[in-house]
Amino acid sequence: MKTNLKFRRVAAIGAGMTPFRRRMLETPQELAWEASRKALDEAGLELRDIDCVVIGSAPDAFDGVHMKGEYLAHGAGGVMKPASRVYVGGATGVMTAISGWYHVASGMCKKVLAVAEEKMSPGRPHPQAVFRYIWDPITEKPLNPNLIWIFAMEMHRYMFVNKISKEEIALVSVKNKRNAANNPYAQLGGEITVDDVLRSEVLVWPVQLLDVSPVSDGAAAMVFVDGDIARRYTDTPIWVEGVGWTLDNTSWPNRELAYPRYLENAARMAYRMAGIERPQREIDVVEPYDPFDYKELHHLEGLMLARKGEAPLLLKEGFFDRDGDIPSSPSGGLLGVGNPIAAAGLMKVISIYWQLKGTAGKMQVKRPVHTGVAQAWGDLMQASTVIVMRN
Amino acid sequence: MVHPLKEEELKEHFTVTYRPQAKYSYTAGQALSTFLRGLREGKILGRKCPRCGRVYVPPRLYCEDCFYPTSQWVEVKDEGIVMTAVASFISWTRDRLEEPEIVGTIRLFPSSPRDYVYPGLFHRICCSYDDVKSMRIMGKTVRARWKPVEKREGSIEDIECFEVV
Amino acid sequence: MENVGIVGIGWYGFSTNVHDLSFREMMFEAAQRAFYDAGGMNPREQIDAFISCQEDFWEGISISDEFAPDPVGGSMRPTMTVAGDGLQGLAHGFMLINSGVADVVVVESHAKPSDILTFPEIVELAMDPVYVREAKIPNYHFIAGLDATKFMHRTGVTREDLAEVVIKNRASGLKTGRAPHASMLSKEDVLSQEMIVYPLTRVDVARPVDGAIVVVLASETFARKFNDTPIWITGIGFSTDNSNLELAKLGDAFYLRKASELAFGMAKLESPLKVNGMFVDDRYSYKELQHVEALGVNNVAEKLREGYFHEGSYLPVNPKGGHLAKGYPLEASGLSLVLDAVEYMREGVSSAVVASWRGIPTFTGGVAVLQR
Repeated sequence: MKTNLKFRRVAAIGAGMTPFRRRMLETPQELAWEASRKALDEAGLELRDIDCVVIGSAPDAFDGVHMKGEYLAHGAGGVMKPASRVYVGGATGVMTAISGWYHVASGMCKKVLAVAEEKMSPGRPHPQAVFRYIWDPITEKPLNPNLIWIFAMEMHRYMFVNKISKEEIALVSVKNKRNAANNPYAQLGGEITVDDVLRSEVLVWPVQLLDVSPVSDGAAAMVFVDGDIARRYTDTPIWVEGVGWTLDNTSWPNRELAYPRYLENAARMAYRMAGIERPQREIDVVEPYDPFDYKELHHLEGLMLARKGEAPLLLKEGFFDRDGDIPSSPSGGLLGVGNPIAAAGLMKVISIYWQLKGTAGKMQVKRPVHTGVAQAWGDLMQASTVIVMRN
Repeated sequence: MVHPLKEEELKEHFTVTYRPQAKYSYTAGQALSTFLRGLREGKILGRKCPRCGRVYVPPRLYCEDCFYPTSQWVEVKDEGIVMTAVASFISWTRDRLEEPEIVGTIRLFPSSPRDYVYPGLFHRICCSYDDVKSMRIMGKTVRARWKPVEKREGSIEDIECFEVV
Repeated sequence: MENVGIVGIGWYGFSTNVHDLSFREMMFEAAQRAFYDAGGMNPREQIDAFISCQEDFWEGISISDEFAPDPVGGSMRPTMTVAGDGLQGLAHGFMLINSGVADVVVVESHAKPSDILTFPEIVELAMDPVYVREAKIPNYHFIAGLDATKFMHRTGVTREDLAEVVIKNRASGLKTGRAPHASMLSKEDVLSQEMIVYPLTRVDVARPVDGAIVVVLASETFARKFNDTPIWITGIGFSTDNSNLELAKLGDAFYLRKASELAFGMAKLESPLKVNGMFVDDRYSYKELQHVEALGVNNVAEKLREGYFHEGSYLPVNPKGGHLAKGYPLEASGLSLVLDAVEYMREGVSSAVVASWRGIPTFTGGVAVLQR
């Protein structure tokens, strides 16, 4: 991998998203339009100013449309423009931003609209059914698995190896839902307690209902522009300074699940690009991917913001609270805001963008922030994408 | 502005129902075909990479680490260590199950606890919910319970489950 | 922007049913050949990023990206999927190299339509769920029929001209080792075929084919490390016209007009007539002419009748047979045309244009300018 790159500087100058809710009346195209329009408005641009469009969307089966990138090109402003869709499972959201970055950094486009959309609720009998087809069709699908199995297996392994209790993990849910209460886009903000989590319905032990993010519809969009022209549009551009992504092998039953080595790889790539040598000292705010509560801890360790197995300890001490040393998921994360897969990943990037710009409103963390990291995760416990931004 | 609906409000709006007709017959390929034939005979077969010595179960024709064709069939034991186990109370359509279904991943022998990657399978584990909840099952040695020979059909289902030795 | 070199290319399959290998094994076979072609490179050490082009419903696997890394040597490396045509993947590889994040990128795409039991239904699933699918039209070729009649009306292309394209391409395929649908046909053979949708007969329509293609791209600094004679991508572009059938402009390939504008501008190519060959998507016979026209060639009907597009003439179009002879490997179709172009250029010519299309019901295409 190249280091010490002479990149074109790339800035984020606008972001918009729809509220995340279950059962939206709007079609996927309309959701994408809503988010795109808001992002363009914030950037002060019109669609005709945009050179390229990047679309992010996870399994086609959710919206029930084959070639979903083509379908979404309409609402996302991709008509008569270079429009393409990137895809790395659950990690797609952050990959959409990364792709927006390299569209500009390569010199191919000056202004890029990156749009992520997902409409999960129309799936029948239940959106869960879609996940039956993500497994290996020959060696795994005959056992009729569902998505939560995957998470539960990883969570149990993580708990077993690092001797972590359910109570410690439930604190993530409590923190994120509390943070989400300040987020106007959130689906499930509120005050809950550790006991509420532990008493909720057992889905797949050790995963319980309140350990899980909900089924949601939603869209998010961002505008990235060439660094040379960014200040024409805003006084406070947010710079994309590091990107990284890694896919581990497909055969997840054949590897250790307690630690996400692929995330460490992706994080190292992004940190090296951004010149970060001591992540825990240099990063001010982080949005790790948290579709399940233990995932946030898992990812904080993979991002090297906590030593292996020590994230729960730091969480308990308040290190990752909104007024802590490194606020984690100040937006409320997927657990609080909702999880329309690709859109949720881009929401994470947008949250960091708001924090760095100082426009996060009630979500704004207490300490001054200059470096933020957003991360997403997907596929069969194998993909991670990381983006580092600075103001 | 977007409009979230409640479950009952869905009836007040037009909805278009479409049932995708998506049917496939997946080609198992060289490696998995032999693996499935092996299961019918009660054997778990893997492929060994001649460069790094890693054994792939389920088998692959290539080593992903060395990017080199695997060259040799090896039989691994139908015995191994439970790496992780979970108890599912929901089906794949998210209906409630009365009796939990217990599944997990098994690191098959020969392999060592220090291996980051190892020959392994994802399968059902025959044990109680309590064994899972208390984590007693984790790290236990288990062995495959095979279906009777006449009922095997060359599928991962030829193993009924893994049970504690 | 710097040029990006194609330093290695490999393929496997191009058979109507590769029954003995899974798609992953086909990817591995193609990848091995590509790395051998790139001077026997070691993909685990010498490649910076991997791109796979695939769509979930073609694979029958939700999140098919899961299966992308291992067979091409991309596990634990930056690997991603572009859910689009192989040429769009090539454009993303081009951007990765130009952004400075990678020097060597692998672009992979594969297709296994023989695994799909309900092919027409999957195509229908790509249409708008609210009204187009509801129309319950029995044959997805109807969109091509609408497009073709409008195109023929506008340009004066006749059924005989379409037959000529079919004969030219299917015969050209006989020279290559990967054209299951190549054959010698006479004009009467073609014109006497039963119509599927007017004006298209069974032989006017290309069929899907199993195949896997892997391309190795390298920056200017690195290309000659792997290959003495890299084929340079000097311009690349792609575009989507419209995603809604009722709003799209039928009868003209506007997506290619836009894409070629970008690609030609980047390559500083003044006229498409200055290249030595064109490799355009010919999933339907009329599409070849429509795409050639969209690349900026006027009077395509006349030029075809004069033999302008035949091999050995001024501007050979699909001299390796195109999709009519080879079949179209779904998302690998664009790379199949690139493969043809690279083989053609390795025979000695100095430039070519590749123009791809994503097929019914999309209005998306890409253009690449290749030079030596």
